Amino acid sequence: MTRRLVLALAILFLAACGAQTGGASATSAPSQTGISVFAASSLKPAFDKIGARLQATKNVVTIFNYEGSQTLTAQIQQGAPADVFASADTAHMTTVESAGLLSGSSKIFAHNKLEIAVEKGNPKGIHTLADLSRAGLVVVLADPSVPAGKYAQQTLNMAHVTVHPASLELQVTGVLSKVSLGEADAGIVYVSDIVTSGQVDGVPIPDDQNVTADYPIAVLKSTSNGPGAQEFIDLVLSSDGQTILKAAGFQGV
Amino acid sequence: MSQGRVPAALLALAGLGLLFFLLPLLGLIVRAPWDQAIGAIGSPETGTALGLSLFCSLAATAVALVLGIPLAFVLSKTTGNLRSVIRALTTLPMVLPPVVGGVALLLAFGRKGLVGSILYQAFGIQIPFTTAAAVMAETFVAMPFLVIAVEGGLRSLDPRYEEAARALGARGWMVFARVTLPLLRPAIFSGAVLCWARALGEFGATITFAGNFPGRTQTVPVAVYVALETRPESAIVLSLILLAVSLAVLVGMRDRWLGAL
Repeated sequence: MTRRLVLALAILFLAACGAQTGGASATSAPSQTGISVFAASSLKPAFDKIGARLQATKNVVTIFNYEGSQTLTAQIQQGAPADVFASADTAHMTTVESAGLLSGSSKIFAHNKLEIAVEKGNPKGIHTLADLSRAGLVVVLADPSVPAGKYAQQTLNMAHVTVHPASLELQVTGVLSKVSLGEADAGIVYVSDIVTSGQVDGVPIPDDQNVTADYPIAVLKSTSNGPGAQEFIDLVLSSDGQTILKAAGFQGV
Repeated sequence: MSQGRVPAALLALAGLGLLFFLLPLLGLIVRAPWDQAIGAIGSPETGTALGLSLFCSLAATAVALVLGIPLAFVLSKTTGNLRSVIRALTTLPMVLPPVVGGVALLLAFGRKGLVGSILYQAFGIQIPFTTAAAVMAETFVAMPFLVIAVEGGLRSLDPRYEEAARALGARGWMVFARVTLPLLRPAIFSGAVLCWARALGEFGATITFAGNFPGRTQTVPVAVYVALETRPESAIVLSLILLAVSLAVLVGMRDRWLGAL
């Protein structure tokens, strides 16, 4: 709610800025324009940097709305004004696409893997997924309705491990915070969450037990700034954008 | 009814206010998938969440009664700065965002918390993620409603009854149990009902402090949130059940109980 209000205010502000600069800079550099990007919350660390880069190079100001992919999908379906949608899984992009809300098609721009988040220094000596089934260990997962929770269940199935979670958190950030506060001994989150959090240590999950999350991006039909939206996506897919994503723990395409 | 005496402007604004409450309710009722409602009500998940919600909210109300009535009593007898401090502390959870309350509970009663760390190291007790944690979260958020109602009741109490009892030789505890408490019954009842209703709808503190696990900490409001993302129809049905239960109780209480506020 507050975020939408902030977004609306920011757009108003931008519109005012645009009106001011539009006339003055008609002859020289391209005038400043704005876009709004709806992105999965796991993308925040990388996309904030990409947004800053876009403003520096192309004079396009990006306003982000970071939420769980489900929430974003619902907001787009309810007619929220947005130019770009970046989802944490293909399922939600497909939902938006089949509702006829995309302009063109979506492109995969990054992959993410899962990792076990443990307390700093790994005091419980957790080294494999199988360790998570140890008695007396407090393990927290994301709810299966959340993409991260769905992936966590898949990776546990592949490793033939049964975990009795203490809680099924409603966001992947809930898993992270329970581990970083020391209330849970371990949780399964994205590699990028651990890279950017700094509050927890990560225990890698071998590739043959791991799941790859695909992140698609697309321009939305409701866009009021198609060229700006395309500039953003081009930057995400460029080598610059990919370097930023990799530094935040994602795998490039 | 003396409806004719209400100025038209007030009546119009009151109508708007009522409409503001009514429209969201209508939205739920209109959008509810009535054909699936029966199945959703009968499903084991709904039953588990509803049972847990009833248990937790009643337990929270019981704890609030045991701790809140004495708190209100003490509050009504103190004066000056001490009273302001107690009053502010007691009503803090009413203005605190419940999620913040949940974080505060974690920092106090979590495994690494102020008190929780002692419990964990000395007795191996872990409160977060248990049903007890859900009850504590609900008590934290709902008890102020009871304290305020009871304190209001105490304030409007005629002190002559207590004075008469004392003049007849009754001691402090006897006066409280035999004179004050019976006189307070309407205030206690209405406070308990409000406290229970608030506990029943508690979400933020519960999800933060107790987490989400079916049958253990997944109360109806949490179940509604989970379902909202994947099964919106059952979320609406669950919300309606919660509404119906609360409404039935509130209407059943009638004015004579809630009127004490």
